[in-house]
Amino acid sequence: MENFITNMIAQCSWLQSLPKWVVVFGFQIFFSVLILFAFVAIFAMLAGYVERRVAGRIQSRIGPNRVGPQGILQSLADGIKVFLKEDVVPTAADPILFRIAPYFVFVGMFLAFVAIPFSAQWVISDFNLGIFYLLACEALVVIGIVMSGWASNNKWSLIGGMRSAAQIVSYEVPVSLTILMIVLWCGTMDIQQIILSQGPMPWHWHVFQNPFLFIGFFIFFIGSLAEGNRMPFDMPEAESELVSGYNTEYSGFRFIIFFFAEFANLYLIGAIVTILFLGGWQAGVLPEFFVSIFGAENPWIVALIKNFTQLFVFQAKALVLVFVIIQLRWTLPRVRVDQLMALCWKYLVPISFVNLLAISFWVVFVPEIGTKITAGVMTTFGAIIFIYFFYRVYWQLKFSKAKIRMNPFS
Amino acid sequence: MNSNLAQNIECLETDGAPLIVNMGPSHPAFHGALRTQVYLDGETIVKAKSEIGYLHRCFEKHSENSCYQNVIPYTDRLNYVSSLMNNVGYCKAVEDLMGVVVPDRAIIVRVLICELSRVIDHLVCVGTNLVDLGALTNFWYTFNVREKVYDFIEKISGARLTYSYTRIGGLSRDLYSGYEKDLKILISEMRQAIRDVKGLVLKNRIFLDRTRDVCVVSKKQALDWGFTGPCLRASGVPFDLRKAEPYYYYETFDFDIPVGEVGDTYDRIMVRFEEMDQSLHIMEQCIARMPKGPIMTDDKRVRLPAKQEVYTNIEALMNHFKIVMHGIKPPKGEIYSRTEVANGELGFYLISDGSMNPYRLKVRPPCFYMFAAFEHMIKGYMIADAVATLGSLNVVVGESDR
Repeated sequence: MENFITNMIAQCSWLQSLPKWVVVFGFQIFFSVLILFAFVAIFAMLAGYVERRVAGRIQSRIGPNRVGPQGILQSLADGIKVFLKEDVVPTAADPILFRIAPYFVFVGMFLAFVAIPFSAQWVISDFNLGIFYLLACEALVVIGIVMSGWASNNKWSLIGGMRSAAQIVSYEVPVSLTILMIVLWCGTMDIQQIILSQGPMPWHWHVFQNPFLFIGFFIFFIGSLAEGNRMPFDMPEAESELVSGYNTEYSGFRFIIFFFAEFANLYLIGAIVTILFLGGWQAGVLPEFFVSIFGAENPWIVALIKNFTQLFVFQAKALVLVFVIIQLRWTLPRVRVDQLMALCWKYLVPISFVNLLAISFWVVFVPEIGTKITAGVMTTFGAIIFIYFFYRVYWQLKFSKAKIRMNPFS
Repeated sequence: MNSNLAQNIECLETDGAPLIVNMGPSHPAFHGALRTQVYLDGETIVKAKSEIGYLHRCFEKHSENSCYQNVIPYTDRLNYVSSLMNNVGYCKAVEDLMGVVVPDRAIIVRVLICELSRVIDHLVCVGTNLVDLGALTNFWYTFNVREKVYDFIEKISGARLTYSYTRIGGLSRDLYSGYEKDLKILISEMRQAIRDVKGLVLKNRIFLDRTRDVCVVSKKQALDWGFTGPCLRASGVPFDLRKAEPYYYYETFDFDIPVGEVGDTYDRIMVRFEEMDQSLHIMEQCIARMPKGPIMTDDKRVRLPAKQEVYTNIEALMNHFKIVMHGIKPPKGEIYSRTEVANGELGFYLISDGSMNPYRLKVRPPCFYMFAAFEHMIKGYMIADAVATLGSLNVVVGESDR
């Protein structure tokens, strides 16, 4: 990188007129954004495709299978189509706010990616307030959504925007409290440190450290779904109630930016849950193993292989969660607005508070060995729940006979 | 919009209190072209006004200018989700007026197709209602099997949506040979689809929260508002014309009438689920007892004579000419004939002045009364509840607007 920039400066005369740190800084930002943007764009496209394909399977139909092999380019085709559409701004809309709202949504999502560590070294910016920064970025999204709802000058959009504001602000509380638990547990807000305080195996993960973190995992997952406006909490979009919510009036490129942000957010949920609870990119002996398999000597190659392995481990965990989220979307009905709020304020917030208190006591009073024992117990417990869940699903599918609240009249 | 409503809107707008939104005529949850203007306080509906007429096609006036047979295709367009039942209902009205005796086989086939369309109507209702609740997947589970039912009905009637299958005095054509096999497969597939959807919703906490105690209709309210069919039975009134006023040998079939306890959206959906099972049971009985014989009455007033007769016999030729040119002429009189269709009581009030056209044909659609009550039902509930409730009422606009 250093050599490359020096060369560039030597080649281009106009770069020589600038101070060197500006050029270096500029190049770093440029390449970071380029890589991130490529990643987000490709992921959003693939996620859109996978979502439709999985939905198709769940709904006993095929899904997109025409554009490219198995329809994998469908998102690209849709993107081009939407790109060519006219960018309509309704006459009665607030033109400036209407135009800039999608960017707020997108920037909020995109900025969060800066702090996501994909491996031990591959992170755009690793700073000591990382997790706090993530929360701040998430909150930026709500401004964009409310802005678009208001600026559209459409009552349905406005209701959608308002719902979204209420929802995201409310669910920020349990989510933040749960993050606070992790911060207490690790004693740091640095994302890399949080990951390093876990380990590669399930009994090293935060989720199985003690019962409170186990509960916290589910609170965080539910809260993230609600913050990201995903089913069953997609109140702001609720197409059967609010037509399509805050993005009703949008078309063309601005519309696709909303979609982009939605799918980027889908990944973010998976990534953040993985970082906080499921050990992040920790791959244990796998990187060394691959290095020995390839017999790499060159330190560059060794680093590359290690980072790639960690990246794959991280992506695998995050994508499993993404898959779960997609399945939830196509399985569950939508909750009602007041039920959504009741879930947050009557259940999740009190439970998070109790959790936070409990974890504080745990950190202070329970010795190291106690944590190890609970980690073992909780992992077994988690495994049993996992197996029981699949058994239940299987049993439900095969043998369940539902009871009906009914008096057959004869 | 009447002046009263306009005035209301004005004062509300200046007060600045409620938000007025139009649900419909084109809104994803208002299937068809319904419109309800709701006054919102936050998301709670403080007041609602319904309006119909967006799909008015002058069915009744059309009928006055058509001869009796020509009305049958129009009835297809009443409740287009289950047209066969409208065909049967109309033909029954004319036959009752004329005193035509329909042969047994035709009657049992009519029962069979009525129950078949009851099932597909309920499948559509339940499927779309669940889509309104946000559970999109159920839609495909119900509509896949509905598509197969269409294939079957296409085999027996030749059309997929507007069947015009019945004739005055019988049926347009007989069932094809070997229909039992297809139908039995179809019944098991429908059972499977119902089981799939039930499996997804019955123990689903979100579904229960969304539907239980939502838009409760008490027994008295249901009767006052003129509810019939599943919505009335969900409120706890065990009234079903198939039991209360049996026609077409319904008294000899073994089936139960499911009745709800509370009258909320949950009960309305569950009554439909249960009715589908009962209808499938009736269909099995129909297959078992299907009699042999003609499918058309031999009453000369309504039946075209056989072609061989027309070519060889002057009586038959004249009969043929009279029916084709001058139509069926019921005697002077009037009749109100009602049948139990998927949504409730479908009544045809028919006045004949002895000519070839009906003097007046008034339809009593079951949906009309339910949509009239809709604006009262949703008061005090939320937008999401209104959407869920409208789906459970199953208002088919083609029928309520005519």
